[in-house]
Amino acid sequence: MKIMVCPLNGPRPVSEFAYGGEVRRMPDPDGCSDAEWSRYVFDRSGSPGKKYEWWCHTASGFWFIALRDTALDEVLGTFPAETVREGMPPS
Amino acid sequence: MFRRHDTLKPAYDVVIIGAGGHGLAAAYYLARDHGIRDVAVLEKGYIGGGNTGRNTTIIRSNYLTPEGVKFYDESVRLWQDLAEDFDLNLFYSTRGHFTLAHTDSAMRTMRWRAEVNKHFGVRSEAVDAGFVQRHVPMMDMSCGGHAPIVGALFHEPGAIARHDAVAWGYGRGADRRGVEIHQETEVTGIRVAGGRVTGVDTSRGPVATTRVLCAVAGYTPRLLDMLDLHTPIYVHPLQAMVSEPVKPWLDPIIVSGSLHVYVSQTARGELVMGASLDPYELHSTRSTLDFAEGLASHMLDLFPFLGEVKVNRQWAGLSDMTPDFAPIMGKTPVEGFFLDAGWGTWGFKATPVCGKTMSHTVATGATHPLIEGFSMERFARYQLTGEKGAASVGH
Repeated sequence: MKIMVCPLNGPRPVSEFAYGGEVRRMPDPDGCSDAEWSRYVFDRSGSPGKKYEWWCHTASGFWFIALRDTALDEVLGTFPAETVREGMPPS
Repeated sequence: MFRRHDTLKPAYDVVIIGAGGHGLAAAYYLARDHGIRDVAVLEKGYIGGGNTGRNTTIIRSNYLTPEGVKFYDESVRLWQDLAEDFDLNLFYSTRGHFTLAHTDSAMRTMRWRAEVNKHFGVRSEAVDAGFVQRHVPMMDMSCGGHAPIVGALFHEPGAIARHDAVAWGYGRGADRRGVEIHQETEVTGIRVAGGRVTGVDTSRGPVATTRVLCAVAGYTPRLLDMLDLHTPIYVHPLQAMVSEPVKPWLDPIIVSGSLHVYVSQTARGELVMGASLDPYELHSTRSTLDFAEGLASHMLDLFPFLGEVKVNRQWAGLSDMTPDFAPIMGKTPVEGFFLDAGWGTWGFKATPVCGKTMSHTVATGATHPLIEGFSMERFARYQLTGEKGAASVGH
């Protein structure tokens, strides 16, 4: 992975991007138990796979979503951040 | 050096997954100290082929938290007798270890670490720039003018050792006491009935056992998926590289958190160099030019005269990171399944004490007091250990 396609700026060198971690659903803080909350805060899906991740194009400060294979380091697609609200495209 | 076993037995008292330093050390102490010799160590690759053979071999105990300092200090003590235990030269070499401070706030952390260390009887001192220059006369103390060195944490017992020999020594010691080491044997499943471990499935057939110790570093999340156990572990590659051999000029181990460099010179003259973790999750041991360029540029800040020295090799290992930079060790919610993981970028130096404490925990069923602070449940209790004395992390 040397080039990443930013949804705003187009293809850019990967050194211009910062990784923001996997996209995760926050449980309702008022409704969930302490155990559920700690799992959300700490636990991660550590195994390799195709994951939706937050990435930032640091030169323009633009955050977006990338679908990436974490075993092969291949970006399978990039999407605007609104995708999170609208529901993810199938991986 | 080792026996080869054509077949797996149908059952063992204990199965250890992973024939790296940690797994083999646990096997060795199970056999030597606890009389448990009906042990199989299952390794999908070869002995010491994972992070045991990929780290930069630094041994130290100048950590920040009381849990960390006590744990690593015991490990440093164990290291010093190992070569005699094994009858094998580990090239254990006490060099002294400088963690450079380039700012006043870094110096404040060094004083803090020195005081915590001294409180537990570990020899560490905050020293000034003059002391550093006297011990490392060839270092550019101004770092090219943009990150002048104001002082350091000096840890006298800091040492390096031959990492392959550690795995071979523990492996041979365990093998001679009856432990079976099965290389090229991949664990494909873990059998559980009624919340207890009953066996493992492997690429060479099933094995029954009631006790499994998992010591597989970057592969931990995949093993835990088999049991539907969840941890905060995330995997990033950690790269390192080594120069061509040059005549001996660097005696101590030099670390700079600000410049993201650690370097030592081996007995055969190579400079072993490391930097920080790769910046995103990846389950691959590929090397990158970005890493080599970044590390070389910071090395040249410290030692400009190395400009003509060539890089011989570059490689990577898979680091199993935790949010508090402390390991996850001990029992798990699945009875009979023990975990030695979350060792990220700092596991080599802990090899002996991990073997000791995990073998105790597996043999007696009671968590060893030295690893109580590293339990898997600490996250659910929001009681993180906060060990920022770990390697390759910013402070």
